[in-house]
Amino acid sequence: MTALVRIPTVLRPAMGGDTAVTVEGATVGEVLDHLTTSHPDVKSQLLNADGSLHRFLNVYVNDDDVRYIGGVDAPVSNGDEITLLPAVAGGTL
Amino acid sequence: MLTLTSAHRDAMIATCVRALPNEGCGLLLGSEDGTVTEIVASPNAANSAKLYEIDSRILLRAYRRADEESLSVLGVFHSHTHSEARPSPTDVRQAPDPEWHYVLLSFCEVPSVLRSYRIVEGSVVEEEISL
Repeated sequence: MTALVRIPTVLRPAMGGDTAVTVEGATVGEVLDHLTTSHPDVKSQLLNADGSLHRFLNVYVNDDDVRYIGGVDAPVSNGDEITLLPAVAGGTL
Repeated sequence: MLTLTSAHRDAMIATCVRALPNEGCGLLLGSEDGTVTEIVASPNAANSAKLYEIDSRILLRAYRRADEESLSVLGVFHSHTHSEARPSPTDVRQAPDPEWHYVLLSFCEVPSVLRSYRIVEGSVVEEEISL
């Protein structure tokens, strides 16, 4: 499976300036593994040490937030668009 | 400088009033020179009086619409219900983008106070809001 991964502005410096890259993988986890193998500088911003998704990263397959469709196990089909967006959050705690 | 209309200001205040007692939040769309053209209200996904998080679906739709209309996601607004209109240490630590404008609304004072900040590498600088 080949997916197009859209890269947010804040991650582009660590991705060599790319706005989108084509990555192989049958699940979101596989896509992110391949992405971070080819671009190791972004790994700490995408994944925790145990391979789970970083708390403050939103990952979407097409229109779906992967938190609701299986997380890193969410399936990826040929031609899917995967969007990475930093979560927008804060607070007084 | 952040440029917006009184209608944009009122929309941010209304969003945050509706969210009470929780923090309210939303996104700012506009042009890269800091002129707001649209306020995108979001549910507070953190559902908290001390934390906020933009709903992830609202976030994706806002970016897509910005792309389609050649706009930018300029920043975020949220309310502090029990503290001043200044970014908290959490706000600063989690600020997602150094290019963004961070608008804070406080209900601690009457009338409510609206301020805008830039947050770059942990450094907070207040900026002028032009109405």
